[in-house]
Amino acid sequence: MRRSLYNAIFAAGITFVLTCLMLGVQLGAEGTTLTVTGADATRWTWIGIGIAAVFFVQLFSDKVDAFFGRIPKPNLAALKPEETKWRRIKPWALAALVVVMLVWPFMASRGAVDLATLTLIYIMLGLGLNIVVGLAGLLDLGYVAFYAVGAYTYALLSEYFGFSFWACLPIAALLAATFGFILGFPVLRLRGDYLAIVTLGFGEIIRILLNNWTDLTGGPNGISGIEKPTLFGLEFSRRASEGSQTFHEFFGIDYDSSQKVVFLYLIAVVLVCIVVYLINRLMRMPIGRAWEALREDEIACRSLGLNRTVIKLSAFTLGASTAGFAGCFFAARQGFISPESFIFIESAIILAIVVLGGMGSQVGVICAAIVMTILPELAREFSEYRMLMFGLLMVLMMRWRPQGLVPMKRPHLELKQQ
Amino acid sequence: MTEASLYLLQQIINGLTIGSTYALIAIGYTMVYGIIGMINFAHGEIYMIGSYISFIVITGLLAMGHIALPAVLFVALVVAMLVASSYGWAIERVAYRPLRGSNRLIALISAIGMSIFLQNYVVLAQGSRDVAMPPLISGSLVEFGSLETFEVTISWMQLLIWVVTLISMTVLTLFISRSRMGRACRACAEDIGMTNLLGIDTNRIIAMTFVIGAALAAIAGLLLGLYYGVVNPFVGFIAGLKAFTAAVLGGIGSIPGAMLGGLILGVTEALTAAYFPSEYKDVVSFGLLVLILLFRPTGILGKPEVEKV
Repeated sequence: MRRSLYNAIFAAGITFVLTCLMLGVQLGAEGTTLTVTGADATRWTWIGIGIAAVFFVQLFSDKVDAFFGRIPKPNLAALKPEETKWRRIKPWALAALVVVMLVWPFMASRGAVDLATLTLIYIMLGLGLNIVVGLAGLLDLGYVAFYAVGAYTYALLSEYFGFSFWACLPIAALLAATFGFILGFPVLRLRGDYLAIVTLGFGEIIRILLNNWTDLTGGPNGISGIEKPTLFGLEFSRRASEGSQTFHEFFGIDYDSSQKVVFLYLIAVVLVCIVVYLINRLMRMPIGRAWEALREDEIACRSLGLNRTVIKLSAFTLGASTAGFAGCFFAARQGFISPESFIFIESAIILAIVVLGGMGSQVGVICAAIVMTILPELAREFSEYRMLMFGLLMVLMMRWRPQGLVPMKRPHLELKQQ
Repeated sequence: MTEASLYLLQQIINGLTIGSTYALIAIGYTMVYGIIGMINFAHGEIYMIGSYISFIVITGLLAMGHIALPAVLFVALVVAMLVASSYGWAIERVAYRPLRGSNRLIALISAIGMSIFLQNYVVLAQGSRDVAMPPLISGSLVEFGSLETFEVTISWMQLLIWVVTLISMTVLTLFISRSRMGRACRACAEDIGMTNLLGIDTNRIIAMTFVIGAALAAIAGLLLGLYYGVVNPFVGFIAGLKAFTAAVLGGIGSIPGAMLGGLILGVTEALTAAYFPSEYKDVVSFGLLVLILLFRPTGILGKPEVEKV
């Protein structure tokens, strides 16, 4: 008791030191001179409450731990139908899901479809980063750079050479993969932590280049008026440009601006389905098994004759190409891109999606992407706390549930100890 | 001397000034890495917090009036070091210690989460706009060359940065090489498990490493804050990245290496900014990082790492 009292007083004191100057005093500017003002009473009350909370939690830390230990953990496995039954209904469930995803935009509002498209972009990004972070265990903090490469590939090719969206899609993926290859080659031979920093630096370099290479990229103003995708040459605009036809004229229906939104959504659905399928297959191939094996024990893998550079590089490059894919679609959807869309925070959000969903688990990543894009829309008044919560969530998740909300499961046998 | 060489000299002086503060921040990275082998991503944020705290204290004391400037700066330095150390200690306690012994990736993600958290905590507490401080120390010590060609100046501020950095480095070196704690610290870097077996409280040593690193980052925060005259919640990110580059350049895990790396990086940056468009100086320093990793991953003074099974 004495010891925990001492601990509690110490922790409360530290909390006071941490908060009193940072939260309790506000720097302000009056003309050119700098001023300090004490914070208002409500903030001090909150600081007081915080300090008291820390004090009491520390004082009764044994009891708090015991209390949290007693709460039964939700058994996610019990919610699922049995394995054999699930195997029978799985194809039907998936088919039903795809049908629902294809049909609902025709009934939903335009804003909802737009949000769903954005969610699908994040799902694509999350799945791509999941290969790198979740499966291969390489921390990539500049993932958004490859996204930017994809987006600018389409924007520039369509502006200067008039390439269509469909032609640019593979080019963007290839180019992003090339960047990933060039960056990954020197770094992946080294210890894992270096990769995190180098990719972080690379993300910054790409952003600085995009910002300053004004002749090519338009600098901070970005590129606007990027062409929208077409359906076999049919445009989704009110009037057709020179030498082509619009969708509504061809089918003889009235023009409706939501047609374009729905079309973009459907493209996104198809792209996500392709990405999910490909990654799902890759995970079951020898290369996918090698990724995970290398993540678990590098030395054991090397002594079994696996070439770690090639395996890591393949994961890194594939992840990058997925981002390029997503970037190309993003540019087509927005019609306008600028370096503002490719800042570090974006990388952090995608990483948070992967971490929250459960590293390596596809279902988890998809769920997390949906939560992470829809929650901020619902809780707009808390938007200033959004990044704060992201950071806190990442720390807490790592502490209490590093395997994520929906951890990856694979068939395995466990030896029961008597 | 010709104009070109005078210009070069001035750039080197500026580079050494910035570089010595990078070195101060880099020591925090390198000490933590040397002992527990993880990158403390939130370290750049500590530097930023140190900058804010020193601005708050300086402004507060100046508003009271009738206090000599050296006393104000000294008090600000002490308070900033104290608060930043508390942050360093608390971060280690909350975000890193519970994860020790688990996968590397997990600790790293926790560190990034901490960094994002702290950055946004400061945004909420102090606002996201630039806070500008009017220059407190003006004037220059040495001016040579002539007005017609080019005038090389060393300002009082630059001199202050050099002197404070030199003192901190000397104190740190003495502490690490002479004191009992310092010896325990070196033992931990050598083999942490063995040190623990020999009856040294390694948890305390690790916490102390974070505290020392944070205090040095706070010194850098005060100095660079005064030198540039502005601070915002996002300065920690890029400064942390630079300091990490400096640590890798010098050989991560080696304290003299971090000092050397910081100076080299500072001079490189100043020269890039002088002869090329200054936006590209960050590109050059990150390019430098990739090149070092490519050709000499152990850095200038680092020892090659042996992987143990």
